[in-house]
Amino acid sequence: MLDLAHIPVLVVLFPLLMAAVCALLPFRNIAWLLATASTGMGLLAAWTGLEAHSGERVSYALGGWPPPWGIEFVADGASLLVSTVVAGLSFISTIYAKSLIEKEIDEHLIGKAYAAWLLAVGGIQGIVMTGDAFNLFVFLEISSLATVTLISLGGRQDRRALIAAYNYLVIGAIGATFYVIGVGFCYAVTGTLNMADLMVRLPDATATAPLLVGFSFMVAGILVKAAVFPVHIWLPAAYGYAPSAVSTMLAAVATKASIYVLARIAFTIFDGLDDMVFLILEFVLLPLSVMAIFVGTILAIMESDLKKLLAQSSIAQIGYITLGFSLGNVLGVTAGFVHIVNHALIKGGLFMAAGALTVVMARRVSIDSLAGMGRAMPITSSAMMICGLSLIGLPLTAGFISKVYLVLALVSSASWWIIGLVVMSSALSLIYLWRIVEAMWMQPMPASGRVREDPLIYTPLWVIALINIWFGVDAGRVFRFAEQAAKAVGAGG
Amino acid sequence: MEMIIAKWNYLVVVMLMMIGLFTVMSRQNLVKKLIGLTLFQTAVFLFYISLAKVDGGTAPIIVHNAVNQDVLYSNPLPHVLILTAIVVGVATTALGLALVLRINDAFGSIEEDQILAAKNSDYGRNDDNKGDKA
Repeated sequence: MLDLAHIPVLVVLFPLLMAAVCALLPFRNIAWLLATASTGMGLLAAWTGLEAHSGERVSYALGGWPPPWGIEFVADGASLLVSTVVAGLSFISTIYAKSLIEKEIDEHLIGKAYAAWLLAVGGIQGIVMTGDAFNLFVFLEISSLATVTLISLGGRQDRRALIAAYNYLVIGAIGATFYVIGVGFCYAVTGTLNMADLMVRLPDATATAPLLVGFSFMVAGILVKAAVFPVHIWLPAAYGYAPSAVSTMLAAVATKASIYVLARIAFTIFDGLDDMVFLILEFVLLPLSVMAIFVGTILAIMESDLKKLLAQSSIAQIGYITLGFSLGNVLGVTAGFVHIVNHALIKGGLFMAAGALTVVMARRVSIDSLAGMGRAMPITSSAMMICGLSLIGLPLTAGFISKVYLVLALVSSASWWIIGLVVMSSALSLIYLWRIVEAMWMQPMPASGRVREDPLIYTPLWVIALINIWFGVDAGRVFRFAEQAAKAVGAGG
Repeated sequence: MEMIIAKWNYLVVVMLMMIGLFTVMSRQNLVKKLIGLTLFQTAVFLFYISLAKVDGGTAPIIVHNAVNQDVLYSNPLPHVLILTAIVVGVATTALGLALVLRINDAFGSIEEDQILAAKNSDYGRNDDNKGDKA
């Protein structure tokens, strides 16, 4: 039905085109329907592409200009996998978003909110699909400006959202500009911007000093966007104060695309310069990942606000993904991709539950105010528990599979002390999860009694919780796709 | 010394870049931070533009009556890239200024330390113990 050759551009076009339509629509229900339809079509396109993918690289020349002169969109194992994750999670969160956006955003802004929402999704899909280093910057900025707008919409509930949005704008713009500086150095040396072409030409370059500078600038810029410790500072406030639906979508998909770009830079663009890549991976990314895991976990333990707690824990989870990437071999990068999929599901689910609780309580949710909510909202809370158990990595959940592959990858590279640290951090994450469990289930039901739960909110949440269990039992499927992705970005060279 | 003179354009770029970045980090005023950010981005634009200059090259417009002669052109691609980047930069600045307006409405100040003080007073008011509705 869908022409496979057009998939790379379709997943980007559906949300981007509908964004323009939504912005002009005064009817909020139609805007929501359009958003759902276009993210759904994106999911269909990405999933069709991933299922039909034969290991062959599908290139789409925009405007008919052949690469490396024109801008190229690329569908390979890696971009299709991340694109499917982004499309899937954005589709589910769009369905979930309807009743939350109606409650948390002023009525006359709803159409425009969906427009920004679709722009963010389209921008992220563009980041994933593009095969052009400069075009990537443009999509990076499209998604980040749309994201800033969405975060600032939280200003109606809590004015601190405005500060969070401003900080993300400034820090994000600096990150993106760093990336552009790096691209400029690579362009100066090779005269090309196409990633595949850069990969061929970079090893022939005689001047290695500008390349090292360029590589460092690109990696530093993307680390900011991916919220890797210590440049993660924008993330907790941004996710914490954004409207609940927006936090869900951002936590599930936004940083994933940037982490994927990190893999693209290190393993595709700079494929031929192993020494340089090894230097950055081993002595910069690896220590930062381990620190991210600990700092994120400890900050989450000390946090009392539920949404900010989840955001802090995201920093630790991003650390697990980049830890896999920093090993540089196929197993490590595969583990990274497995966790990109699983963490999108885990955090998507947890933020959905947090949003449901926020709407019911009509104020910011702290751990203390969760007392007895498990009994008052059993449907939402039990799905939240499944995602929570998946987060700490209990067997039969998706999170366990992530940890298993990460540990296997660490064993293969004989990094014993890091395995110890990973196990220890998992035990630590039990502490903050336990605080939530204790408050929700071990306290008497609040005086207000049982709350009527909204099916439009808990159905998407349960779908995600069940997928968490499904991927925990049937791990082979995700692993196959992730391994294909790791090989497609060119890991292990 | 000769190297510095030969590469003075890059020197200017680096200086502008550092001034911009320092302004973003050191200023308390949110508008001044945005000015620093713009300066930082503009420095990068200059970097690209000066990359495009080919010694002795003319503007990259095909010279009609010189079809068979060797005409040396400057590289047009970086100009095109920077045209895009300028648009992105304008959008970033516009959105940033719009946010500053909203921040001024909400906090009554655009100085970071005063906003921070106001922000800290939010803790406990919005978060906890606001009557036990739960």
